[in-house]
Amino acid sequence: MNESVWLPLLVIASSLIPGVIIFALAERRVKLRTTLNLCGALLKMALVGAMLWGVYHGQHYEVRLALLPQLELVLRADALSLLFVTLSSVLWLVTTVYAIGYLEGSPNRSRFFGFFSLCVTATVGLALAGNLITFLIFYELLTLATYPLIMHRGTEASRRAGKIYLRYTMAGGALLLVAIIWLYTLSGTLEFTPQGFLDGIDEQHHPALIIIFVLLIAGLGVKAALVPLHGWLPEAMVAPAPVSALLHAVAVVKAGAFGIIRVVYDVFGVDFATLLGVTGPLVIVAAITIVYGSLRALFQDDLKRRLAYSTVSQVAYITLGVAIAGPIAAVGGMVHLVHQGLMKITLFFCAGNLAETLGIHKVSEMNGVGRRMPWTMAAFTVGVFGMIGAPPVAGFISKWYLGMGALEMDQGWLILVLAASSLLNAAYFLPILYAAWFCEPSGPWPEERNFGRKETAWALLLPPVVTALLALAVGLLALAPFTPLAWVEFVVQREFVP
Amino acid sequence: MVPSSEIPWGALLILLPLAAAILCFVWPKLAVVTGVVTMLLLTLAVGGFAWQLQREGLYQHAVGGWETPLGIGLYGDGLSLLMLAMTVLVGLAITLYARSYFNQKQARVFWPLWLLLLAALNALFLSADIFNLYITLEMVGLAAVALVALKGGRDALNGAMRYLLATLLGSLTYLLGVALLYHSYGTVDLVLLAERIDNSPVVWAALGLMGAGLLLKTALFPLHFWLPAAHASAPAPISALLSALLVKASFYIFLRLWLVLFAPLGGDVALLLGLLGAVAILWGSWQALRQTRLKLLVAYSTVAQIGYLFVAFPLAAAAGAMLWNGVSYLMLSHALAKAAMFLAAGNLLLFGGHDRIAELDRAVQRLPISTAAFALAGVSIMGVPPSGGFIGKWLLLEAAIEQGYWLLAAVMVVGGLLASAYIFKVVGYAFTRSTATPEPQSIPMGMEWAALLLAIASILLGFTAPWVFALLGIGDPFGGGAP
Repeated sequence: MNESVWLPLLVIASSLIPGVIIFALAERRVKLRTTLNLCGALLKMALVGAMLWGVYHGQHYEVRLALLPQLELVLRADALSLLFVTLSSVLWLVTTVYAIGYLEGSPNRSRFFGFFSLCVTATVGLALAGNLITFLIFYELLTLATYPLIMHRGTEASRRAGKIYLRYTMAGGALLLVAIIWLYTLSGTLEFTPQGFLDGIDEQHHPALIIIFVLLIAGLGVKAALVPLHGWLPEAMVAPAPVSALLHAVAVVKAGAFGIIRVVYDVFGVDFATLLGVTGPLVIVAAITIVYGSLRALFQDDLKRRLAYSTVSQVAYITLGVAIAGPIAAVGGMVHLVHQGLMKITLFFCAGNLAETLGIHKVSEMNGVGRRMPWTMAAFTVGVFGMIGAPPVAGFISKWYLGMGALEMDQGWLILVLAASSLLNAAYFLPILYAAWFCEPSGPWPEERNFGRKETAWALLLPPVVTALLALAVGLLALAPFTPLAWVEFVVQREFVP
Repeated sequence: MVPSSEIPWGALLILLPLAAAILCFVWPKLAVVTGVVTMLLLTLAVGGFAWQLQREGLYQHAVGGWETPLGIGLYGDGLSLLMLAMTVLVGLAITLYARSYFNQKQARVFWPLWLLLLAALNALFLSADIFNLYITLEMVGLAAVALVALKGGRDALNGAMRYLLATLLGSLTYLLGVALLYHSYGTVDLVLLAERIDNSPVVWAALGLMGAGLLLKTALFPLHFWLPAAHASAPAPISALLSALLVKASFYIFLRLWLVLFAPLGGDVALLLGLLGAVAILWGSWQALRQTRLKLLVAYSTVAQIGYLFVAFPLAAAAGAMLWNGVSYLMLSHALAKAAMFLAAGNLLLFGGHDRIAELDRAVQRLPISTAAFALAGVSIMGVPPSGGFIGKWLLLEAAIEQGYWLLAAVMVVGGLLASAYIFKVVGYAFTRSTATPEPQSIPMGMEWAALLLAIASILLGFTAPWVFALLGIGDPFGGGAP
């Protein structure tokens, strides 16, 4: 027993235990709840930092617990899992601060923060999962923990959204379960292995493996919002802003995307997946999703809905990068996991600020809002440029690598998809910026709250500014050591250099 | 001082509650105390029994020193232990719940009957011959009928009547089969029967009768008709014990008979059972989804979950002991989860004054502990990880997929989805905005926690499988060596 066993457990416990305690807290224990939330989040960051340092220096972190005589629950920190764990823990801290400000004075906060912590626990757990069954356990836990968050407001609309969300995700979970068990009966192991563990399987099982791949991607694609499985995501935007932020940037959609990365790289292996011929169709699905999501975003007047469709499109970049099956595209896809997270969370924070401070929910109400809330809109602007892929914001790096990767694998037509997507992104985002900065307000704000000299509460303002700065920094300093890009290159070596 | 390894723990498990039942009957004032103390002692005794079993490998005890063809033999292996442990776990929660649930008049009737029922259940799980199994099954059934009728009133009596008819019909049919076997082979001992039995029309008739009787009591589709009304109309703790323990008792006998007598004889029967199980899953889940009353919903969910136990039969021949481990685990986790659900439903009903699902939002929101219990138990019923239900379902699905029984696999998965639909139909009300003003808590804490603790246990079962399987393998109940 040493730190290599304890660290992964502690990383899980640092949000699980505060979560369970928070459930039991009375509604009025605001201070204790806030303390628990923040301490948990800070502690998790520190633990993850220690683990990053260790993994970089070749330390091995792993815990095993037998679930069934031959199946184990495995938590293991490899370079890829740490990419996602770090993203989750940083953004959890930021979102917690935001949520504390956002929900001030509203009912049922103990319930909210309890499930919020569970949600992060599930995300970190599936990031650390060392085999498919562990992944499945946390994947399902994530479904169950997110449902109450989507339903939190208790309105008719949120009940509807919750129902739709459950239908999609439970069905996805069921597909995943069948696929995993089937895979297990063929291979006898579920352990994530660099370059996959299936290439030794007898050729007569290859058709079955193709079906299994389709089932796995379908099960994961529900959460990753691949078209046509994306229907729940635009509905789920009725959730409170911090939940949307977490859902779109870290927890749910990323869990799906991360799962796809794991399946392609560590279950099938890129080479074997290419041999089976399953990566080609996946590229097409991702490309369709990218264009379709952008097209739909163009026609949404509801700001959060527009952002939601933008997520559908942007998360498919990750799938695309993985499916192209070349090292450079892989870098682009995986680094987008982080980059999209930072940018999208910024946008959702800003949307939440507009709704909370001025009562703005629609794009058509945003005229002149830049002058009323300059900091919020500045952060929003950074996010928007990132989404479009303009340098030097992070999104540019992702798109650059994706484009180069497509060329490397002779899939030049994908450049057109990327360009079309950028154009569409510009088409649905830039009018917002124009209206916000250059138009006159068309009248009084729908529902203005006054915060004195500040544009809004500190807890609401700081998080988007911080994440916007981070998105800018990881783009500007992309080539420095210890940026997401550098780390992703470290990850990709493992898959592509035998 | 007798060394603890020589204490006859098995016999104590039967005698203790029996003596306590008599004590309660004679001295009603002490009923609650006796009940609680007995339950705690029983827990201890099961612990002792487990320890003894682990040391000695198999438990055999000839009552009064008379050896088996003549006397009554007690017999225990890993499967018996699992059933005893299940009884004790559910029993603890029901005891905690019933302490506050019944008024004084009802308590006088409840405690002696409940202790008698426990004695009978324990005796059933330790019996090794088909006649003793009949006696204990009948005792269990009669005690249960009286408990169903406990509250009086038209609904309760109607439910009790249905239950009485089903249980009598079931045990008489079973008895007929026992008589036929005894007539032909001159023994009722399971082991001796297994040696002597052959493939003759008499055997088929006997096994058919015994099987049909047990399936009726287990409420396998289409013999489930009596269950929803009986389970839903009983008082909450009784519903819990009916769904959690009673259907399992008759299933346990069926499983024992199957392992020793049936399995060598019939493969087609196994397939038929599997298909009935599959229909039960779909029909029960669908009916549960359609119910507008909470307790009926939970009762129909039991019909569906029993289906899962039978889906295993056609898979067993090729899958071996691990599959039976899965079935036993499913049985255990269903017992805990379903008892938790009925207790939680009882709380909601008591608080809201009714159990119409569409109007439950006020109760659901004022009783967070009960709602959490319902939801957590629901996770296990759905078979979503981490939970005992997931482990059981995983093993079943693995066997089904491995052997190419895609239809059964699909039914199991669809059953899980339907289960999530009917459970969230209830849990969803926790998140509406109700306008009711806060009101004083009127459900005793013990009743809420009894439900929650059971539900948590059904979740924790998701992590204990290797350990439980090791205990289950004692005495090799499923053949094919210990896992």
